[in-house]
Amino acid sequence: MTYWQQDIETLSRKNLEQLQVERLRNTIQLATNSPFYKQLLSENNITAESIRSLDDLYRIPFTTKDDLRNNYPYGMAAIPLKECVRLHSSSGTTGNPTVVLHSKKDLDEWANQVARCMYMVGLRDTDIFQNTSGYGMFTGGLGFQYGAERLGALTVPAAAGNTKRQIKFICDFGTTCLHIIPSYATRLAEVMYEIGLDPQKDTKLHTICIGAEPHSEEQRKRIEQLLGVKAYNCFGMSEMNGPGVAFECTEQNGLHIWEDYVIVEVINPDTLLPVPDGEVGELVLTTINREAMPLLRYRTRDLTRIIPGECACGRTHKRIARFQGRSDDMIILKGVNLFPIQIETILMQFKELGGNYLITLETVGNSDEMLIEVELSDLFTDDYGVLQQLTKEITRQLRDELLLTPRLKLLARGSLPVQEGKAVRVKDLRKLI
Amino acid sequence: MTVHQISIFLENKYGKINEILKLLADENIRIIAATIADTSEFGIMRAIVSEPQKAYTILKKNNVSVHLTDVLAIVTGSSAGNFAQTLTHFTNAGLNIEYMYCFSINGKAILILRTNNREAAREVIRRQNLEYICESDLIKI
Repeated sequence: MTYWQQDIETLSRKNLEQLQVERLRNTIQLATNSPFYKQLLSENNITAESIRSLDDLYRIPFTTKDDLRNNYPYGMAAIPLKECVRLHSSSGTTGNPTVVLHSKKDLDEWANQVARCMYMVGLRDTDIFQNTSGYGMFTGGLGFQYGAERLGALTVPAAAGNTKRQIKFICDFGTTCLHIIPSYATRLAEVMYEIGLDPQKDTKLHTICIGAEPHSEEQRKRIEQLLGVKAYNCFGMSEMNGPGVAFECTEQNGLHIWEDYVIVEVINPDTLLPVPDGEVGELVLTTINREAMPLLRYRTRDLTRIIPGECACGRTHKRIARFQGRSDDMIILKGVNLFPIQIETILMQFKELGGNYLITLETVGNSDEMLIEVELSDLFTDDYGVLQQLTKEITRQLRDELLLTPRLKLLARGSLPVQEGKAVRVKDLRKLI
Repeated sequence: MTVHQISIFLENKYGKINEILKLLADENIRIIAATIADTSEFGIMRAIVSEPQKAYTILKKNNVSVHLTDVLAIVTGSSAGNFAQTLTHFTNAGLNIEYMYCFSINGKAILILRTNNREAAREVIRRQNLEYICESDLIKI
C-alpha cells in the first residue's frame, strides 16, 4: 500500500490532533487580520494563546454563508489583496455571491490536497486525466487541473459538455481517468454504446472521480459496470477551496476528510450541539491550512455522519458518509448549487405571472431535470405567439441565472395548491439510482 | 361586424374542460361555437357564447384564466369555393390570418376570423361588401 504523504495520512490520532491544535492557533492569529473575525473573536475573548486543546474550538461562534455574503467581496480577507493570487466566486447574481480568496501558498496546498486524493485512488503520473468539469469560477475545473498536474498526470482540460468531443478525446488521447458528475457519466457511457463503442474494450479508462451531485451506491455500481471502471466519490465545496476536501479510498466505504486541512464537526442543526460519531448531522468545518481566507466553524449545511472505526487502508483521517441532504433549501442539480429564491426573484419580475410557483426536480431517463410550474396572473392574452415568447424569455433569464435550463410550464390561475404557512416550493422526485 | 369571443387558458389536465363548461351551463349560457388548440404544455379554448360578458364575469369569478376579444364574424356560402373566395379578399389586402374557425347554422356558414390588422380587415369587409353578422344576430340564432 502506498501513500502520497504517508507521514501525514497515517499520523496517529494523538499527533494529528496535536497538529490540529497548533494549526488552529495559527489560523486564529491570521483570522484576526480580517475585519470580520477581528470583531467576532475579540467580542468572544478568543485569542490564539487561549486555544489549548480542540475543546476550545467550541468557544468560537459559527460562521455561515450569510456572513460570507455580508462581507462580500473582501471582508473576510486575512492577508493583503496584494498577496492573493486567485479568487473564486459562487455563481449567484441574485443574492450577494460569496467569494473565496487564495494566496500562492493556498493554491499550492489545495493542489497537494487534490493530488493526495487522486493518488489515494490509484492514479499516478503515468495516467491521462480528463476533466469534464466546467472551468472558470467553478472550482471543479481549476481545482482538479492543479491537483492532477501536481500528481504529474497528463491533464486534459476538456471542460463540460459536447459528449462526442469528450469521447473523441478519451479515445484519441488514451484517457485513463475522468472527473465527471455521476449523471453525465451514465450519459457518456450510453452515447459510447450508441455509436458502437464498448468503453471496456475501446477505451483505456480505469478510474473515474464522481461528485458534485447526490448519487446512490446503486448508481455508482451502475456507472462502474457501464464504463468498466472503479468510481470514487469526491466531496468539495467552494467555501473550502473546492474539490479535495474529502475523498473515498479504494475501500469505497466513506470519504476520508483531510484533518490536517480542516477540523471536522458534525452538529445537530437545531440544537447546534455536536452529535456522536455515526449519527447524522450538519457538517461544520474549520480551515486550519489556509491563509488568505480562514473560515472558523463554517456551517456547510450538508448533512452527513462520521463513520466510526478505523479504515482498512491505514489512513487515520476520519471518514464521512455519502451526503444525505441539506439543512437549508439549497438545491444541487447537475453539480450546480442554487437556491429557490433565485428562481423566485426572476419569476416575480414578470407581471404576466402570478405569485404561486412550484419547482420539481425529477429524473428523466438518466438525467436530473428541473421543472418550474408557474401560474399566470390575471393579465392574459389569447395569442399563442405571446405565450410562447413569454415562456422563452422567462426560460432564457432563468438559464442565465442558474446556468442550467429548466423546463417551464405556464399554468392557469389557481392550478397550484394554495400555500398555507411555510410554502413548499420544491418537490424533489429524483431517483438516486 | 365583430362578435365577442371568450378565450380560456387550459392546462393539459383531466376533467378541466368539463369543469369550465359546467360553470357556463349552470348559468344557462349556450355555446355556439368552440375550438381548442393545444401545444404540448397548454391549450386555449376559444368560444362564441350566447352571453359573452356574463360568461366572462362568471369564469373570472371562478378563478379561470379568461380573456375577452373581438373577432370578425363573416357569413359565407356553403358551396364549393365560397370559403376560398372570402379568404382571397384578405390575402389580396396583405393580411395574415392568425386563427379562424367556422360553424354552420341555418344553412349559413359563419367564419370567425382574426387577422393581424383588425382595421384593415374591417376595411376589406366594407369594400368587398361581405356579409357579416353582429353580436345581436348571433344571440338570436
